[in-house]
Amino acid sequence: MIRFENVGLRYGMGAEILRDLSFEIPARSFQFLSGPSGAGKTSLLRLLFLSLKPTRGLISVFGKDRSRISRRELPYIRRRIGVVFQDFRLLDHMTTYENVALPLRVRGRDEASYKNDVTELLKWVGLGERMHVLPPVLSGGEKQRAAIARALIEQPEILLADEPTGNVDPPLARRLLRLFIELNRLGTAVVIATHDLGLMEQVDARRMILSGGRLDIYD
Amino acid sequence: MTEIVPGASFTEDGIADGEAALPRTQRRMAPIVPAQNVAGRALISVIAIMTFLSCLTLGAVTLVRDTAAVWESQISREATIQIKPAEGLDMEAALEKAAEVASGFPGITGARIVDREATARLLEPWLGAGLNIDELPVPRLVIVTINEAYPPNFGRLRAAIAAEVPQATLDDHRTWVDRLVTMARTTVTIGIAALALMLTATVLSVVFATRGAMAGNGHIIEVLHFVGAEARFIAKEFRRHFLSTGMKGAAAGGIAAIVVFVVVSFWSARNLATPEADQATALFGNFAIGASGYAGVALIVLLVGVLTAATSHMTVVAYLTDIETRQTD
Repeated sequence: MIRFENVGLRYGMGAEILRDLSFEIPARSFQFLSGPSGAGKTSLLRLLFLSLKPTRGLISVFGKDRSRISRRELPYIRRRIGVVFQDFRLLDHMTTYENVALPLRVRGRDEASYKNDVTELLKWVGLGERMHVLPPVLSGGEKQRAAIARALIEQPEILLADEPTGNVDPPLARRLLRLFIELNRLGTAVVIATHDLGLMEQVDARRMILSGGRLDIYD
Repeated sequence: MTEIVPGASFTEDGIADGEAALPRTQRRMAPIVPAQNVAGRALISVIAIMTFLSCLTLGAVTLVRDTAAVWESQISREATIQIKPAEGLDMEAALEKAAEVASGFPGITGARIVDREATARLLEPWLGAGLNIDELPVPRLVIVTINEAYPPNFGRLRAAIAAEVPQATLDDHRTWVDRLVTMARTTVTIGIAALALMLTATVLSVVFATRGAMAGNGHIIEVLHFVGAEARFIAKEFRRHFLSTGMKGAAAGGIAAIVVFVVVSFWSARNLATPEADQATALFGNFAIGASGYAGVALIVLLVGVLTAATSHMTVVAYLTDIETRQTD
């Protein structure tokens, strides 16, 4: 689904922070992306999400060469990739419901066509009662779940989550993990960037460990 | 999601809620671009003030331009034939002759002799009342009315009159008109330059204020971009929001300027008989800016609104380009 071949990334004139990354994320797969702080997990996620271009190497997304994807095509490809940002990026002037519905709204869809789906999804992530609340009122865990729901509403083929359990207590982290597993079971490929070893030990999944700019994969 | 997660719920984990509390009344979706914040209100104020000042400048320029045109046409509507007394000249016959020659000339609509009483009245401030005009060698005047559409050839008219009445001279007020025209044109030019500066200042302040108001919306553009919104969708949302903001401010400024014009015009009309107002009217007409003035105000309001929307559009496009090309910097 997403394939990296000898990908390197540097910021400005600095040293390469990602070096010779070659890997593939198959459809319906589940993997953790880990490594020490500053190892480049977020940069790698940004490469996966097409918000950064590699300095060298080849990235192909859904069979398309990244360097040949035009700006016009980018939104359509992004809709197939769900992202949960570390800082949630919820819009404070919109309710939880409106935030989660945003990806559908920007596609010009009529509210009547997605209202039930959004409501169902919010109930599924446990935010049924917080649907009409503005994000500043939500707790860290609730914001996290709202951000996850927004990433899932378009039923993406792949979900990228950056430290999705970074702001929640261990019991909630376990529940969120089960949510991701359930999602994967339903057919979505999942990449979870985390440095929470405890979380990774709970699931027997592929591990991609970044260190010193290089990637080691343990299947 | 309903299809792919049939009945799926995290109740067993304690996450999912029981019955979701739906709102009693359906609320409208929040706009993509949030309604007014402090920066938005400041933008409206800046736009309103700058539009008001621009409209006032435009009104003043319109007023001066119209007044200058009136001065010019009133003066050039008339010319004067002056006959100086000379030994053995029959003044009355000379006046008649000059009037006759002038009125028969093409481009002249009439000639009127300023009679003895009127001449005496003209000289009264200097020579006092009860003046016997025959005792003094006083020059006499014939006022010639000119057809403004087809003015006469003043050179030929002058020659024709001089041939019949050698003591007569024709004053077509050219020197005076030229001076007035030059003054009026200078005034209008200065006015237009002031208007150009004012409009430039308006454009710049609107552009910078809009960019200022947009600065707080960067995260919205970014989120919309990352949830897969097309650039033109994002640009459209911001353009629409800022067009409405710009039009609100511009309309407020334009209406305030029109109110000022109407009030001043009303005041000058009410005080028409007083010396102060007469003086002002003599200089500036009746303070009405006319249809072209109001059309100008409407044009400025529209221009400012469009400018605000265009600036927000360009800011969004620049921001998106920056996100896209922001490479490893």
